[in-house]
Amino acid sequence: MSSSLLFVLLVALSVLAFQLGKARAIAVVGGLRGVRDLHSLPGHYGLLTAIWCGLPALVVFALWISLQDVVITQLVLADLPANAMAQSAQALMLNDLRNVVAGNVPAEMVAESTRVAAAEYLKLQRIAQLALTVVTFAVGIAGLLVVRARIRPDLRARNAYERVIEWALFACSAVAVLTTIGIVLSIVFEATRFFNIVPITEFVFGTNWSPQMAIRADQVGSSGAFGAVPLFAGTLLISFIAMIVAVPIGLFSAIYLAEYAPLEVRKVVKPLLEVLAGVPTVVYGFFAVTTVGPALRVAGEAFRLPVAGESALAAGLVMGIMIIPFVSSLSDDMITAVPQSLRDGAYALGATRSETIRQVVLRAALPGIVGGVLLAISRAIGETMIVVMAAGLAANLTANPLEAVTTVTVQIVTLLVGDQEFDSPKTLAAFALGLVLFLVTLLLNVIALYVVRKYREQYD
Amino acid sequence: MNNTTKTAEQTQALVRKSLARRYRAERRFRLYGIAAVAAGIGFVIFLFGTIFAQGASVFRQSYVQLTIVYDPETIDPAGTRVPEELVAADDQALVRAALRERFPNVEGRSNLRELYGIVSSAASIELQRRVVADPSIIGQRETLWLLADDTVDMLLKEKVWRSAPEDERRLSDQQIGFIDALRADGTLKLRFNAAFLSNGDSRDPEQAGVRGALIGSALTLLITLLLSFPIGVGAAIYLEEFAPRNRITDVIEININNLAAVPSIVFGLLGLATFIGFFGMPRSAPLVGGFVLTLLTLPTIIIASRAALKAVPPSIREAALGMGASRLQMVGHHVLPLAIPGMLTGAIIGMARALGESAPLLMIGMVAFIVDVPSGITDPATALPVQVFLWSDLPERAFVERTSGVIIVLLLFLIVMNATAVILRNKFEKRW
Repeated sequence: MSSSLLFVLLVALSVLAFQLGKARAIAVVGGLRGVRDLHSLPGHYGLLTAIWCGLPALVVFALWISLQDVVITQLVLADLPANAMAQSAQALMLNDLRNVVAGNVPAEMVAESTRVAAAEYLKLQRIAQLALTVVTFAVGIAGLLVVRARIRPDLRARNAYERVIEWALFACSAVAVLTTIGIVLSIVFEATRFFNIVPITEFVFGTNWSPQMAIRADQVGSSGAFGAVPLFAGTLLISFIAMIVAVPIGLFSAIYLAEYAPLEVRKVVKPLLEVLAGVPTVVYGFFAVTTVGPALRVAGEAFRLPVAGESALAAGLVMGIMIIPFVSSLSDDMITAVPQSLRDGAYALGATRSETIRQVVLRAALPGIVGGVLLAISRAIGETMIVVMAAGLAANLTANPLEAVTTVTVQIVTLLVGDQEFDSPKTLAAFALGLVLFLVTLLLNVIALYVVRKYREQYD
Repeated sequence: MNNTTKTAEQTQALVRKSLARRYRAERRFRLYGIAAVAAGIGFVIFLFGTIFAQGASVFRQSYVQLTIVYDPETIDPAGTRVPEELVAADDQALVRAALRERFPNVEGRSNLRELYGIVSSAASIELQRRVVADPSIIGQRETLWLLADDTVDMLLKEKVWRSAPEDERRLSDQQIGFIDALRADGTLKLRFNAAFLSNGDSRDPEQAGVRGALIGSALTLLITLLLSFPIGVGAAIYLEEFAPRNRITDVIEININNLAAVPSIVFGLLGLATFIGFFGMPRSAPLVGGFVLTLLTLPTIIIASRAALKAVPPSIREAALGMGASRLQMVGHHVLPLAIPGMLTGAIIGMARALGESAPLLMIGMVAFIVDVPSGITDPATALPVQVFLWSDLPERAFVERTSGVIIVLLLFLIVMNATAVILRNKFEKRW
């Protein structure tokens, strides 16, 4: 039975359980007239029955579906003769096996042992599917019967049912925590494997990045080098350029909109600026490649400056444009949160508006603005599509914004897009870079949120 | 200078003297603000302006009108009329014959090759489709509009200049002569380009369309919505209405705030390592894309839903509890119906973000060249923003226009989604 059909049938079984539970509740008190003797409404008994019928069955179903493939693969591998099963040969054969099983490759095209394994795999798959059907239905019907048998007028069906729902709601909010744990575990696990091959000191302090591993051990000139300093430098350079664009423009527009602009202007301009935050980053990347990059090259020729085709400047400028709304809306919030009494005090002392803003309002809002800028920096460091499209691939260690540099995110994408095996240092390096990225942005966010929250408490 | 000994007159004189300078500073400061706002708005207009200027022309495409003779000798010499024979036929020869008929004076291999280059290779596929659909047209004549080559299209749209030196153009002087002759009698012109919305991807710019990416995005978003909305609302309800104030709740809350700021590419790494690496789910599939985007949008939806729940006044909760409702009944019957519009707004904004996201999709392999339109959630697929990324990498001039075209489609969807969110908010937002 196919999985989707099984799913539909399980849902149907739960609906049936609801009806049976409700009917049973009415029956135990001798028809609709006796309903007042029940602790809960008849529907609650139905819901309780449905939950205990459907929920365990669906949990079994979900776990089974997600683990079936892994387990069967292990079983098939364990059955294989142990000869010639080096790690790489095994991976290759698994690949063939999957292709045969999925029907991408006709069975005649692969080795004899693989064909046998594929047949075994398909057999196990059929058995597993059958077992799944039997087990889930058994679980569902068992739940149904147990609850139905226990329905009595004094069964607190509503309370029991609500407790289950509360646990389900808790499970929903735990997904966020599970995601974080998943991120940390998966990245740390792969990164540790990388650091077993490449020492961590070389990764953090090395200045030479060329991750193309030798194809043969004796091949010259392409032994992988994993010194990530040029990537960190490139990331910082591009983020720095972006902040030079975004902070003044964002901050001054926030000041103007919060302090000077009439309400009607503010109402129109603020959403217009926030449009910049809603544009997909891939669009900025395209804009940087087709418009800003060529324009910079033409401008560079006019001043006799050599501008690289994929200069850090083009990527940084466009990223800066993208970040303007982050800086401006956060600063705006902070400026409007400054109490009017502070401004009035400054005016009373004879300060002009700009003096009030510079010496009173901005000073009071400074921690919040710094927090906003930190968030913007973390956004710039983690930004991917603009730099993938507009920055280069060559790991140059340079501070010249007219040259091409590469960034952490660009390298993650280049290392992982395309065919790959999971155990080469090249692939694992991407996870090490991901770990650095995750830690740095996490640190920036924690500091920023701390600063912002601390500041807010002062005036609320 | 000693302030205590200064007289009032001296102070006033000092202030008066500095007044002009201070007012100048004031005007300057205000000007900086205006300049910054103008720069920001300028960027918006410039960005949208360039994209639309480059891409608006994608909805019209060059077609050549040719009189095709469905020659039985070429299509089906054996006269069997079985589909296998018809598919195998050399339909290219029909197009070539029609072109030779139109320009009888062209002779010689290289000249003919230049002539044939005017019509797209898609033209013969169109003819094949017609023949297979209705074999009775074999032996007849038909006048058809057929796709022109992308180089011709670029010339007609004036994206490349005929004044450029011949060796810098992809069209020769002779080909431009053919084009002018065809245009003069109205048999080469721009027509509405329905194929852009109904075709899958292709290496030929004139045939490439966004349907595959559109369906891929739709399937991915469907899974994202089905998972992230219930989970997000559930989490928000728990945290706002049920959670006791303790350490576990605090950890969950800090977690959600931090997750909202984790770079999207990290979610891609998570998806690659767990869903594909550990659970063995298929690569490039909308299913995995939907899972990853669910985790990505969940914080947005949770935060928006909590705000919506917070906006419901406590008096409503107290009234419900006072009437003897249980907490769950209070939430389900009274609080949730009032908070749903706000939650929907948050969900739409989260979906808009998911629609524009491409970095995590690159990680899980939704970046392949896929001609077929995906038919299910486990088929290999790509998404609209990834299509932008893929096409922006291709060298043909015509792909710049195509890329801008996808961006326009993408932006239209985003505008519609955000506008819906704003309308929903304005319509249902209640001030208590």
